[in-house]
Formats: sequence, structure tokens, C-alpha cells
Amino acid sequence: MVIPLQKPPRKNPQVRTRVPTLPSHHRSRSALFMAAAAAEGRFMLQVCAEPECLAVQYPARDACSSCLSDRLIWQDVSSRGKLIATSTVRTSTNIYFRERTPWRLGTVHLEIGPSVMCHLHSEVTVGDEVQLINRLDKSGQSVLLALPMEKAPLQEDDMQLRELTCDPKFRRILITDARNPNAYALAKSLLEAGASAVFIGEAESWRPYPDRSKLESLQGVELVSLDVTDTSSVQELAGEFGGKVDILINNARFVRPGGIQGRGDVGFAMDEMQVNYFGMMRLAQAFAPAMAGRSADGVNSAVAWVNVLSAYSLVSNPGFGSFSASSAAAHSLSQCLRAEMASSGVRVVNVYCGPTEDEGHQPLPPPKVPASTLARELVKALQAGLEDVYVGDIAKDIRRKFMESPKVLEKEMTSLEAL
Amino acid sequence: MEALKEKLENPVELLSSALLSGDVEVVDLTHTLDPDFPVIVLPPEFGQCARFRMEEISAYDHRGPAWKWNTFTCSEHTGTHFDAPIHWISGRDLPNNTVDSIPPEHFVGPVVVIDCSEGSAQDDDFELTPEIIAAWEAEHGRIPAESWVFMRTDWSKRHGAAYLNMRDDGPHSPGPTPEAVRFLIEKRNIRGFGTETVGTDAGQGAHYTPPYPAHFYLHGAGKYGLQCMCNLDQLPATGAMILCAPLKIKNGTGSPLRVLALVPKGGR
Ligand SMILES: [Zn+2]
Repeated sequence: MVIPLQKPPRKNPQVRTRVPTLPSHHRSRSALFMAAAAAEGRFMLQVCAEPECLAVQYPARDACSSCLSDRLIWQDVSSRGKLIATSTVRTSTNIYFRERTPWRLGTVHLEIGPSVMCHLHSEVTVGDEVQLINRLDKSGQSVLLALPMEKAPLQEDDMQLRELTCDPKFRRILITDARNPNAYALAKSLLEAGASAVFIGEAESWRPYPDRSKLESLQGVELVSLDVTDTSSVQELAGEFGGKVDILINNARFVRPGGIQGRGDVGFAMDEMQVNYFGMMRLAQAFAPAMAGRSADGVNSAVAWVNVLSAYSLVSNPGFGSFSASSAAAHSLSQCLRAEMASSGVRVVNVYCGPTEDEGHQPLPPPKVPASTLARELVKALQAGLEDVYVGDIAKDIRRKFMESPKVLEKEMTSLEAL
Repeated sequence: MEALKEKLENPVELLSSALLSGDVEVVDLTHTLDPDFPVIVLPPEFGQCARFRMEEISAYDHRGPAWKWNTFTCSEHTGTHFDAPIHWISGRDLPNNTVDSIPPEHFVGPVVVIDCSEGSAQDDDFELTPEIIAAWEAEHGRIPAESWVFMRTDWSKRHGAAYLNMRDDGPHSPGPTPEAVRFLIEKRNIRGFGTETVGTDAGQGAHYTPPYPAHFYLHGAGKYGLQCMCNLDQLPATGAMILCAPLKIKNGTGSPLRVLALVPKGGR
């Protein structure tokens, strides 16, 4: 039975905030392939490529456990199996688990062959048919967790599962840019997902924008003064609200068409860098330390930092070449932030989005990503505990081609034929 | 005795004494350079006016143990600022049309203030017309050549969204008509025109012929602009002078600056 999550009471000012600890994080390099799959919520294992073997491997290894071939290919495989044994950890030398006991572990016999050790959802018991999910734990490593085949009531409230996800339920969110046309859809989706409060940063209140009244009409939304290009504004908000931000969603973006020679100056490029790159850096310098310190702070612990990036952070779209470059810079900075947040367990989530349905991309042909789709996918990713999300057909296509060959993708995007 | 007489006849000495004694008061007509102070807003496809921004370099810390300093960035046309003739296309080929080449004596001079605050309180699009100027002259005398003319609207007392007063059809704020600007230039040969609003032109100035008449005519005639000023309500209609030296930026089209007015005691 899942114990329903209770809305956390107001913080007791006399109780020290629990210091974040991490599960153990020593894994082999080949196990990082599992982590990479977990980042996207995929269940992948090595499969022997020898036609007469095809054995599925677990754990990750360098040579086939069956025929010793080194031709092992990572593949999406079925995650179904049967829970054949369970045990409960009641004490541990690892502080992270020690603080969270009792912790249930089990052995699942996968229908594709191997038996695996995994964490257990509270709804599964020995003998059950289960499905495994592959997720990142607080130390950024792949762990497997067995879920019931049918979604249980309040399934997401399970403590062991919630440790792997960034569920907005009962959490307080900061969306950094009220002027972005996606702000309303994001706020609405997050509130529907159970967020207890959504703060939305508003720059330049002396300048009107279309969605202001819509945003104000949402119950649970509070507009706060924030301009990611203004260091003092970022620092002031972090000073006031930094300790109340459980999930930060950086949707601030400056986008104009154009590459290098058509523009003839660096004006818009400076704006793009100011918002897309320096904006993220200012936010991280101001908000990340407080979030890192609160990642074990109970039901509404700080849990995720979400950067809404362009899919063109992975490869230049010359028509938006300068914007692409600023997105690439932001993407690289996000990886740095990931490294710096690793010791806290706060997840840095990158949402790679294709061209969006807004005035910045108005002359582009479809498909374009509606704000509602972005919002839905982003919230789903938080609930599922993903680290990398690709939203829209174009972003998914770029992802596939990038994984296949970054160079071929570059050729495709920048060759004479492409232009 | 001779030395004292000389001192009393030296006008700069006299001014210095008057400043020391308080017989001449200094009024600051300048807004603080603040990151959140409104700037002119153009359609997104155009280049934009850079906001005032400040980044700390050190503050008595590991980045510089005994000193604090900042890097600031902004447009030439951010905050209380000066417009040189080269700012507008009509003034682009004039001699001495940049902030670094304007003769420095042009930065110090007399100012007259036309009070349009009552009309502007009634009408966001209040216009300064030749008739209003004529009425002002009937009361205060002819506007002297080479003087600055300030249009007082009390607009500087507005805050937030009320300052630009942006609506779907653009900003709404007071300003001069094309005829008024031409009169001041052609019939009075003024040195420059100053306002409390974000520009020397009305918010809806784009819809005059020519568009933005204050910018077009003033700068085409080699005259200057001052905008985003405050405290114009502390100036007398006549009898004050201003100091308004912009930064000496090479080929600069304008500059944020400190505008100071010297006002005879009791003249406020
Ligand atoms: Zn094999």
C-alpha cells in the first residue's frame, strides 16, 4: 500500500535543514550507458550481436557472458519480469539509505533472460508480474525499480519512487520569464500536477504584455520581479525566495532570426547571450546554492533545475545561427551546472525543444511546438524523473540524428542543399 | 581695495559666492540610472535600447581586497540623456554633430520652462502648440535666442507602466507639434529642447508629418535634445541656466548625463 503523501507543514524554524547525502556512486564506465538510457527513461541492456547467441547481458560488461564475444550492443529491451525475491534493508552503512530505511530491494527475473537486483515500489510483492523502470538516483547513476503492471492509486507518492522522480506535487516552482508565451501553459500544467505554488518572474513591469491578466487569474500563481539580464534583480529575488524554490524552470529566451553576415552587427547576438547564456549563469549563481542545500528537505525538497533549451543547441540552424550559438553556450553551461549540482542530488533537466509556436518562429513552416505540448512533456518528464527530454518532431529527429552521427547531422544542416 | 573691486567685477567669482551663500541654488534634473527605469521600446525586429546594467567587479573581496567597483553598460540613450544632431538622419551630415565635437560652451546656457503640467494631467497626448508658446511669451517675454526650452509636464512623477503609457497603438505621452518645433527653431533659434518623457517627441509622435518632428527638425537644424528629466517643477519660467555636458564619446550620438540647473534663490 502506498502511504499517501501529506502536504508538508510550514517549515519549523528551529529544526536544522537535513544535509543532503547520496547513495553510493561507484560504477564502471560501461554502466554509464545504463545511466545515459535512464536520462531519457529508456530501459536498455546489452545484447550480444553474434547471430547464434543474442544473449541479453546484466550487469553491463565488456564481453558476452554466454559466448565471450565483445560485440555487445545497447538496445531497448522489454522490462517485464517476475519478482522472485524481496528483502528489506533496515540498517545500512551508507548514510543515504540509513536515513531512508526501511528500504525494499528485490530480484526480478526478466522475461528476456537475466535476473536483476532492483528497488521496489511498495505495491509489488513476491510472485508479482512487474515492469522495471531505469532511472537516475540522487547520485546520477542508473537504478532499476519494479513497478506494478497496472498503475496503482497514488503510485507516484511511493517514497522509493519519489526519490527517483522530480514530481511537482506539493512543490513550489519558479518559472523565470512571464513574458515567454509558454509561461501560462507551464504554470497551468504545473498547478494541475499538484504544485503548491508557482512563482513567475516578470521583467520590466513598466512594459505591458498580452498574458499578464491570464497569469494573474491562475489560482496559485504569484508574479515576482525578475529580469535574468539584471544581476541585482536576480540576486534580490534569490535573497527573498531562494529557500522556497523546489523546482526552477528557466524558460527565459531571446530569439531573433539570422546568422552572421545578414545581421551585420552583434546587437541581437549580445541580447541572445545576455538572456540565454548569462541569464542562466546569473540564475545559477543566485539560486543553485540554496537549492543544493535543500535537496533533502522533506516532501518539498529542492529537486530539479529545468533548462528549456533549443534543439539547435546540438547543431546549428543557420537561419537562426546566432540564436543556435547562444543555445549551444547555454547547453554547455547546463552541463557544467549538472556537474556542480551532482553532489547535492538536485537534478538538472534539459528540455530540448523544436521551433515553438510563437512570434520568434512565425515565418517557419510547421511542425512547431505549441506551448501546451511543451508544458505537458516538461511536467511528464518531472513526474517520470527524466534528465533529457526532446519535445516536438523536429527535436526528436535532431536527437536521433545526433546520436547516430553529429557530423552527418551537421552536414545535413549546413550543406548547400540544406540552405 | 583694488583687489576687492576686481573680485566683485569677476562674474565667475560672483557666481561662486552666490553658490556658496545660497543665493544661487543647484537643482538636479536627473533620474538615477536604475536597471528598471523605462527606455524607449521599438518593434522586436529593430535594434533595442540597451537597459542600464551593472556587474560587480570586486567588493573588498578575493576579486580585489581593498576596493569596490562595477562595470556598467547602457545605451547612449538610456536614462536622463542628451541627443546630439547625428542621432537623427536629418542631422547626420552636419558639422560638429557628435557629442565629442559639439563646442563645450553649448553645454552651459539659459533655460526657459513652459508649464504644460495642467494640460498633460488632463490629456495623455497633450500637445505643445505655437499658440501655447505665444501665450507663454505674452506672460514671460520673448524666448531668448540660444536658450534651452523645457516642456514641463510633471510626467517624471509617473512610475511603472504609467510612464511609457504603452497601449496596443503605441505609447501615449505629451510632446510638441511639428509647428511648435519649427517655430522654436526658425523664429526663436533655440539651442535645444528638453522633456520629462522618454523622448523629445510625443508618445504618438510617429504619426505626425514628419514623424518624430522634434527629433527631425531639432537635429536637422543642429539643435540638441534632453529627455527623461525630472524636477522641472522646481525651475522658474525664466532666469535659470543649465549645465548639461554629455560624456565625450567618440562619434557619440548622445549620452546619459547629469543635468544641473542653477536657479536664483526663491526662483524655484
Ligand atoms: Zn554472445
